[in-house]
Amino acid sequence: MNKVNIHPAPFNPWREITDFQETNLQGLCNYGATATFVGTMRDFNEGDDVAEMELEHYPAMTEKQLQSIIADAEQRWPLQHVLLSHRVGLIKPADPIVLVSVWSAHRAAAFDACREIMEALKHKAPFWKKENLSSGESRWVASNTPGFSED
Amino acid sequence: MKAVKVLYFASLRELLGKSGDTLPLDVEQTALTIWQTLNPNSSLPESCLIAINQEYAAADSIVNAGDELAFFPPVTGG
Repeated sequence: MNKVNIHPAPFNPWREITDFQETNLQGLCNYGATATFVGTMRDFNEGDDVAEMELEHYPAMTEKQLQSIIADAEQRWPLQHVLLSHRVGLIKPADPIVLVSVWSAHRAAAFDACREIMEALKHKAPFWKKENLSSGESRWVASNTPGFSED
Repeated sequence: MKAVKVLYFASLRELLGKSGDTLPLDVEQTALTIWQTLNPNSSLPESCLIAINQEYAAADSIVNAGDELAFFPPVTGG
C-alpha cells in the first residue's frame, strides 16, 4: 500500500502516519521496521533570516515522479508500505515540508529506502523554493544541500 | 493544425516573464529548436531541465504536436 499526498495547506506528519497506520495497516503483522523522515522549514539559510517560503511545483509531473520514485525503491528493497507527503504554497518556519515513511520487514531496507526516496525526491521531483527574507528581499533557492554528511 | 503546449516554471518563468506558450507544430522538432523559436533572445540555460509529457527528456529529444513540453531550473524540493 503506497500513498502520495500533495498538501496546499499545513499538514501534521505525525497525525498522517497515525491515520495511515489505522486505515491501512490494521491487523497486518508483516512489518518489523518503520523508518520516517520529516523535513521542516528553517528560519535561516546561507546566513540570512528567512521569513517565509513559496513552494512551487509542476502538478501534472509531481505525482508521476513521486510514484516513479517509490516504484524504483520497491525494485531495490522489499517494502510493505510507503507514505510520501509534500507541502506546496506559502510555508512558514517550523512548518513540515516533506514526510517519507517506509514500512518493511527489517530495519536495513526501511532505513535505506527511506533515505533513497528522500534523495531521489530532492533530485527529481519538480518542486522549487523561493525564500522571502526578513530583509524584504526574495530569492530562488539555487541548489540542494548535500544529502550525506562529511566524515 | 495541432500544437505543442510549452510550460516554464520558477525562476525561468520569472526570467521570461511568462508561464507558457502554445506553438503550432506541423512537423516534429527537438525541444531545443522549440525553445529557440519561442525565445529567440534568450539562450537555453545550461542547467535547465526539460520534460516531455511529464517525463524527463534532453534538449535533442523529439517533440510532437499534442505533447506537453516543460522547461525548468534544477529542482529544490524536500
